[in-house]
Amino acid sequence: MGEKKIGVFLCQCGGNISKTIDLDAVSQYVETREDVDVVKIHSNMCSGAGQKMIIEEAKEKGLNRIVIASCSPHFHEKTFKGTMEKAGLNPFVLELVNLREHCSWAHKDQPEIATEKAKDLVNAGVNKVREDYELAKKKIQMGNRVLVIGGGIAGIQAALDLADTGNQVYLVEKEPTIGGKMAILTKTFPTEDCSACIISPKMAAAQDHPNITLLTNSEIVRTVGHRLLFDITVEKKPRYIKPEIDMDQCLICEQCVQECPVSAPNKWEQGIMQRKAIYIPAALAIPFNYLIDDTVCLHFKDGSCNKCETVCPQQVIDFSQKPERIQFIVDSIIVATGYDSVEPSEKPMFGYDKFQNVVTGLEMERIVDHITENPPPRPVGKRIAFIQCVGSRDEQIGREYCSRVCCMYSVKLASLLKQAKPDKDIYIFYTDLRAFGKGFEEYYKRAQDLGIKFIRGKAAELYENHENKKVVLKAEDTLSRQIIESEFDLVVLAMGLKPNDSTEKIVNFLKLTKSSDGFLQEAHPKYKPVDTNIEGVFICGTAQGPKDIPDTVAQASAAAARVMVTLAQKEFDVDPQLAFVHTDICDGCQKCINACPKNAIVMKDGKAEVVEALCIGCGACIAACPVEALDFHNSTNLQMYRTVDGILEEKNPEENRLVIFADNTCTYRVADALGIRKMKYDIDARIIRVPSSARITTNLIVHAVKMGADAVVLGDCPAASSQFPWSREVAEKSIAAAAAILENEGIEGKRIYFEEFTAGDLVKFTTLVNGLGAQVKQFTRITEQQRKDI
Amino acid sequence: MKIPYFPGCSLKTYASGFEKSAIAAGKALDIELVELPRWNCCGVVSSLTKDDLMHHLAPVRNLMRLSDMKTSGLADEDKRLLVLCSMCMNTFKRTNLKVRENSEDLATLNDFMYLEEAKYDGSVDIVHFLELLKEYGFDKISESVNTSLAGLKVAPYYGCMLIRPKEVGIDDAEEPTIFENLISSLGAEPVSWHAKNQCCGSYLTVNKQDTVIKLTRRILDNAQQEKADVIVTSCPLCAFNLDSRQALLQETNPGFEPIPVLYFTQLMAIAFGLDAATYGFEKNKVDPMPLLNKKVFI
Amino acid sequence: MAKKIKLDDKTQAFQKLVEDLCGQNTAKCDQCGTCSGGCPFVEDMDITPAELMRKVMLGQEDVLESETMWICATCNTCTVRCPRKLDVSKIAEALRQIRLRNEIDQLDIGKISREEIKELPQIALIAALRKLSS
Repeated sequence: MGEKKIGVFLCQCGGNISKTIDLDAVSQYVETREDVDVVKIHSNMCSGAGQKMIIEEAKEKGLNRIVIASCSPHFHEKTFKGTMEKAGLNPFVLELVNLREHCSWAHKDQPEIATEKAKDLVNAGVNKVREDYELAKKKIQMGNRVLVIGGGIAGIQAALDLADTGNQVYLVEKEPTIGGKMAILTKTFPTEDCSACIISPKMAAAQDHPNITLLTNSEIVRTVGHRLLFDITVEKKPRYIKPEIDMDQCLICEQCVQECPVSAPNKWEQGIMQRKAIYIPAALAIPFNYLIDDTVCLHFKDGSCNKCETVCPQQVIDFSQKPERIQFIVDSIIVATGYDSVEPSEKPMFGYDKFQNVVTGLEMERIVDHITENPPPRPVGKRIAFIQCVGSRDEQIGREYCSRVCCMYSVKLASLLKQAKPDKDIYIFYTDLRAFGKGFEEYYKRAQDLGIKFIRGKAAELYENHENKKVVLKAEDTLSRQIIESEFDLVVLAMGLKPNDSTEKIVNFLKLTKSSDGFLQEAHPKYKPVDTNIEGVFICGTAQGPKDIPDTVAQASAAAARVMVTLAQKEFDVDPQLAFVHTDICDGCQKCINACPKNAIVMKDGKAEVVEALCIGCGACIAACPVEALDFHNSTNLQMYRTVDGILEEKNPEENRLVIFADNTCTYRVADALGIRKMKYDIDARIIRVPSSARITTNLIVHAVKMGADAVVLGDCPAASSQFPWSREVAEKSIAAAAAILENEGIEGKRIYFEEFTAGDLVKFTTLVNGLGAQVKQFTRITEQQRKDI
Repeated sequence: MKIPYFPGCSLKTYASGFEKSAIAAGKALDIELVELPRWNCCGVVSSLTKDDLMHHLAPVRNLMRLSDMKTSGLADEDKRLLVLCSMCMNTFKRTNLKVRENSEDLATLNDFMYLEEAKYDGSVDIVHFLELLKEYGFDKISESVNTSLAGLKVAPYYGCMLIRPKEVGIDDAEEPTIFENLISSLGAEPVSWHAKNQCCGSYLTVNKQDTVIKLTRRILDNAQQEKADVIVTSCPLCAFNLDSRQALLQETNPGFEPIPVLYFTQLMAIAFGLDAATYGFEKNKVDPMPLLNKKVFI
Repeated sequence: MAKKIKLDDKTQAFQKLVEDLCGQNTAKCDQCGTCSGGCPFVEDMDITPAELMRKVMLGQEDVLESETMWICATCNTCTVRCPRKLDVSKIAEALRQIRLRNEIDQLDIGKISREEIKELPQIALIAALRKLSS
């Protein structure tokens, strides 16, 4: 770009800045710098007139570096980047200096010192802009191929929405039929419509849809991640039935099933019925076809049986089938892996494994579904108790969360049973009955109308009466303060929901994050509820957290819509403000590769190389690099040093400076918010905006102290809400190393530390900064000699 | 293996059969129980309030006594203290928890006993004999069995102190298996019963006998419903309530059939075929011999 | 007649007194009754363990008149089951201690006959004396 020509534009902000800060003094100060070509003041830089002035000055004077000192970049960064483009300049050779929130508003009552602070801030901005260089946005092309993992109601809904809008969908389900848990349920609350009747048309539609490739009995075994470009490998287990070719297809004639001598518990019926080794998984299975359970089939056990093969008129039995691997590429993924019921063995005091008349909620779904058969496959007796919150809201087993559906499914099962068999005497033992959804409270009231009795007390333990096999339940009726110890013919444990093993596998494949309850973590709980930390991967249904069917369907459609929005862009921009490698310095030590949480660094010709499609710009590699070969576009090591230099250049030896490296998401915004509210804090504070605290190297911290900082703070978001949750760990390592260096020179190591801020931690920030300002005054002043010796 | 061992008051008096059989059974496995020098009562129960340090003096004073057991050649180790009595174990472990979590409390306790030669640094682990047997290996224990206990139905009684609270328990608080594993390794049949973790009434046997009778009745009934021949325990207080209190039970319930209560070490001594003098049945109130003669020594 | 509760500085102070002694936060209690339902002693108690928890949370000093804390023998069944991980046995201990520190004993060894004392093992006597007398 040839000679660097720098223009500095100072904004009065209609007095917001200029009433406190003497901008003329700032202007005169900046003009003394030889490398600044133009300094201009305007009343409203963001206005059309202000922008026009910048554009004209830039064109007229041939400026190729711009500093705008105005409000927080969170207000007008986008505006001024547009200004740059209009001026024919690259938007990355622009630096914004925050004179309003971080200076004039925060230090309203100290105009003179604020003016001096403003000079420091502008000085740092000029220092930084000198080292700016042009960056180009990168574009990556996308197709419209989507993988949906999980064929429950969430996966089916998302797959149909996507397929209907012309996307190519792979729907992968590990069970031999789609339908998931919803297909197992008898009826749904609070409307009591038949669960299978609602879901089976959707199951059929998914199978028949020309845009959906249905892979059942299949599991993801490998994903090679790129954001918005994923290489997927699926393993399809054999059904041992020949695929439908021409006329040789299976006629579902049942002869094989009749001949099969092996009986096993019917998993889909929750074990209340038996099935054969060759079977159709469910009455409404999709695909509707047989498979052979090779874990129980005698042919696979010892080769002693091939009756099904012999009897089959179509000769479609094929014992020789092997697992098959299928590989494909997708642009986006929806994880809809669902949940599992908590294992009853987690609460042994309820004796599920020992007492024959204790069942789980899911078993009760099937029991109730068959209750009107004569005789029912699983009789229930007369007196029935439901125990709520088994495996939910229980810190003893590390499950603090509410499972959200158990209250209503117990009310539903009790109501259905009571309506079918009015002579049943039904009790529901609960701690809190949560009927929060649409129509739930009314449904709960209807259950009371039916005569179902609600007892406010959680059952403590069960034991079995040996003579009659009835179950004795012990609980306190906390409303009457009496102890109940009574026999029941059947006790139903309203088991909570937990994340399942499939979700765990996918988490590991895709490097997704989990929330503290173990379910999948959304990118933001409020405004990105179905996005994840990985671009192009979306979540929905109970894999994200317990929820009922309407919420699941809504979320599935939301996830599908998010995929559509993403893929509709056809290509996507990669923010060029990412890590890069100075290959001339890199010695190939690979420390950055280990430090990168996204596997975004690879070795090429003995040097590290950043894969830009994967890098998310956290800076952890930079802190890890011992030779400063790793660097960050638009916040280079050189720029960081020069910013620090600029901010501290005018410091007098008797003054104090608190340098705060503020992450752009949380800490910087706290300081913005303080300014907006005109809340004061120690004017010695100098805030430097950084992408994350992980980007701050040991050398940079030490450099700050060398140049005059009396304390250094690295601020970042709390890990739980951070886009870079590992920042703190990285930052604390850098801080420890820097502290050790300072201690060596007799400078207190506790002058440097890390602090977490949410964007609302206003008082925390002022308390910290003011406390730090006071504390620094308590320390023995760092001598110039000490600073020199570092 | 020579391991420091804390007997406690009961094992020297009315639970002497527990100590006698434990020493003999240990010897058969080449585990020598070396009595802690100058030990004192552990205090039996732990104080649960935050400010009450006085009641932690007794356990700490015992734990100080281990300091030179290894250097003096008395034992092979000085960082583990073997305990047999469940109550002692619980009290020791709770004190250890407290002083390990709170170094100021430990300093105060040490200061209070400034005349002692050694200081306690919180580094001694309390090991119950059952834990040591698990470490030794139940499979290996089977190799020492010389008398068949086949067909003997044994109800393992854990009570409270062995498994609760979770921080000091030696096994799962709801579904412990360590006793069952030992019983199986000895060739007997462990009985599955729900009263195995239920409280016997503990020290209320002093002032609320009716309560204790009610609780022991529940436990003994359940053992008999499950066709147990004998109950084993590792707590002298449980043994008192379950064994000695059967006389009271019989007074009030004429039809009640007594059931012997043994310490698990007594069952080990029998299974190992040791000299009958080591069984230490003198203090057992419900005489186990008729049952053993019928089922074991045929 | 229904009893009236007045919540004031006094009730708050009593709650704090108990909580400071035992290090438990009674406000956490969900009143699910798991402690009571599994308590082996509950039949002999005048108020259930969950009610005891409630009274402490609401600072009701009449909880000190209850028999419940003297019947609790710290079997810890409730402790290992409480879904909020509250240690009810520690709260009972704190209540006992408040009484005992005011020298209100529950056990007068002088009233037990010599034969009975002779029969009782020291493990029972010492435990009872430590838990039931000052």
